[in-house]
This record gives sequence, structure tokens and C-alpha cells, in this order.
Amino acid sequence: MSNIVGIEHDRVTNTTSTDFPGFSADSANTEWSLDYFKENFKLDIKYITERTANFDLIGLDTSIANAFRRIMIAEVPSVAAEYVYIFNNTSVIQDEVLAHRIGLVPLKVDPDQLTWINKEADEKDKFTDDNTIVLSLDIVCSKNPNASPNSTNPDNLYRNHKVYAKNLKFEPQGRQVELFANNPVVPCDPNILLAKLRPGQEISLRVHCILGIGADHAKFSPVSTASYRLLPVIDILKPIVGKDALEFQQCFPNGVIDINEKGEAYVKDSRKDTVSREVLRHEKFNGKVKLGRRRDHFIFNVESTGAMPPEEIFFKSVRILKNKADYLRNCPIANLN
Amino acid sequence: MADTESKPVIAPTNDIEMNEVNNEENLELAVDTSKIQLLPGATSDGFAASFQIIDEDHTLGNALRYMIMKNEDVEFCGYSIPHPSENKLNIRIQTYGKMTAVEAFHKGLEDLSNLCSHVEEVFSTKVANKDYSTEEP
Repeated sequence: MSNIVGIEHDRVTNTTSTDFPGFSADSANTEWSLDYFKENFKLDIKYITERTANFDLIGLDTSIANAFRRIMIAEVPSVAAEYVYIFNNTSVIQDEVLAHRIGLVPLKVDPDQLTWINKEADEKDKFTDDNTIVLSLDIVCSKNPNASPNSTNPDNLYRNHKVYAKNLKFEPQGRQVELFANNPVVPCDPNILLAKLRPGQEISLRVHCILGIGADHAKFSPVSTASYRLLPVIDILKPIVGKDALEFQQCFPNGVIDINEKGEAYVKDSRKDTVSREVLRHEKFNGKVKLGRRRDHFIFNVESTGAMPPEEIFFKSVRILKNKADYLRNCPIANLN
Repeated sequence: MADTESKPVIAPTNDIEMNEVNNEENLELAVDTSKIQLLPGATSDGFAASFQIIDEDHTLGNALRYMIMKNEDVEFCGYSIPHPSENKLNIRIQTYGKMTAVEAFHKGLEDLSNLCSHVEEVFSTKVANKDYSTEEP
């Protein structure tokens, strides 16, 4: 039972992990052992699509799972627009607002193809074809000479009156011509609206995109969401039958509770539960059901912005944590004598 | 600070020659002498000590605390971020006396690294096997 976080109508119980040697009289197998971990760790991939991954990590502690989640959000590098050089902007959207919007556009670039900017370097040597992607946006809005006279629809009246992310054009520099020949840099979602124009207005700018991490700015985060939840546990303590079973079923999302041929409710798939605790509000189920969550069963959901496959983002987060540990292991400790 | 009884190895010798290239670009390779610091308040026997790590947060702090606490000889381990505006992480370790705090700290880091290696291995074999759905239900 110690593995289950209890969920009652007004509180959660047993929330902290206590699997440490010496915590209690029965703390066998709590000392760290890689073999024991290997035996108990399970990874179950539910699905991986182009943008989303859903998988279960079983048999590790919250502190580790949370480290992976935090790294995916804040420390896995990706490419985003950092400098916007505006030559002309006669639209109603201000330069800095437009620059900010361009910055947030996710770009389809493999971050491994770029190197980090050397902040110490002279301004003229800072940006090279190794570390910078150049995009340009040149758009002029004009009247549509063929517009129907009574039309009030801007799509019919004007040309180029909507500026989309797809209007950002990749300008390969130096060796990027060959490097990106098969996969030119494009926004992951081409139809992000950046600005609106009216006849005579124009935008002309250049964008420098560099490598960065989410801790520095959210635009560098490779995920739109990376989250985990604990596996819900529904314990039916006393049989629930007949009309009550139907009512019981209604307390949970579809597919969680099913009713067998004897008319008795049973848990079919607790993974689908949202743990709304609705069942605990009904007097008649008092003492018949116990809700909980498995403390060492993490259901991860990773949604990529599109630059990297979601499984690669998780993979990188594991490697970043490992590199952190290895790096610190080799760091000398100052003031130690 | 008083002498510790057993002097731990500070860094592998092959890393020392890289000490000169201590600029930001080579941060991952260079030996960074300012990354970890021993804080005042360590006992003279070395069994209890606090360390300060620069540029780390709860991501590493909590994971490392957990790994160190799983060491049988560790009596106490805790971490704190002393101020949210400073990118510093303090971690305190007290042992029962079979190993020094520095050794327990290093063991924690090694265990964490081994854990990550295993997760990485399992995940990459699972992904390579491709025995999962590629459609969102």
C-alpha cells in the first residue's frame, strides 16, 4: 500500500517517497542498487506520432521523472529567431511586437546541425554559417484590381494582406546550401498569422535564428507541453451491483468502469480515469471504493513543437541529465582541503 | 577549513590539462573550478559537509538529493535554493562515518549517471523495435 498515494474527498495522503535506508524498520531493498533498478524499471510506449509521444515510466522516483520533465521544457536546445533586423515596417504592428511574434514561430531545423554562438567573440565573427540561420520576409500589400466592386471581404479586395509564417524565406549561407539542400528551413506550422496589412503597407526584414534553451526564453523550448501524471488506482472494496453499478460507472469517464454479466461493476481501465473524485461525493459509495495513484508509475505526455520528434526530445533529456551528473563528478571542489 | 581524514580525489588527471581552456565555448570540456564549492560548516572529519553548485536548480538538486539519500551510509541529505534570483544550489550531506560527504556526493552522481544510462538504453531499444502505435487513439 505504501506505493499508492491515497486520494480522499478532501485530502491526499502518503504523498512523499520514503524508500530510503533507515527510514523505517522495514526498509529492505531501499539502498541504491543498479541491478535492482534494472529489474524493476519498465518502459512502455503507448504511441508515438509525429508531434506527440505517450509512454509510461515505471519503477522510478518522482525526483528523477521530474528532472526529465524539467529538462525537456527548459534545457533541451532548439533553434528560434533571436535577432530581427527591420528595414521597413509600415504596418500597424509595432517592430518589437512583430519581432516577438516571429521569435515564437517554431522552425523545422535539426538543432544538431547548428553550433552554439560564442558570446565572447567579436561582433563580426559571432555569426557564421555554422551557428546562424537567416530568414527574410519581404511583403507588400496591394489592391486587387479584379475585386468585385461591392465586396467588403479583405481576401477579395487586397493582395498579400495577411502575413503568414510561411512567408519567411530561408536564405542558406555558405555551406548551408549543401547542408540544408534536402531539408530547407521552414516554419513547422506554415499558417501562423504574423501581421495584417492594408494596400501600400509593407514589411521588409531579416531574421537571424540561433540555438538556445528554454530556460533562457520559452521560444527555445522544443516542447509545447511535457507533462506526467501518476497512474490512477481504483479499488472497489465492496461489490457494487444493479442500479448502483450504473450510477457508479457514471462517476468515471467512459471506459474506466465496466459491468460484468452478474451486474457487478469492475475496473476495466483505470488509466483512462481523470481522478475527478466525483464518486466520493455520493453517500452510497461511502466505504465501497478507494481512490489512489501509483507513486512510481508515470504516464508521460510529450508534445513537440515540430522541430524534433517527441521521442528524441525525451532521449535528449535523459542524456542531458547524465551529462550533468558526469560533468559534476569530474569537477574539482573548491575550498576543499 | 580543517583537514579531512581521507583526501578524496579532486579530479581525474587527464582533465587537468584542459584547465586552460576555461571559456564559455568549451564549458562542457573544461574543468570548471568555480562550479562546485565547499561551504563553511563542514566537520573536521569530513563526514558532514555542504556544497554549493553554481548554475543548477531543482532539476539536478532534487534528483541528486534522492540518489544520495539512497546511500546506506548517509544519515542526512538535503538541498536548497537559497535565493530564487541567484542560480545557486546548496546541498548538505551527513554520513554515519563509513564514507566522507565528498565520497557520498560523488557516489550519488555516479548512481544518477548509471540510472540515466539504463533509462537511455531501454528507451532506445524500445524505440528501435518500433512495437508501438503511431496513431493517437
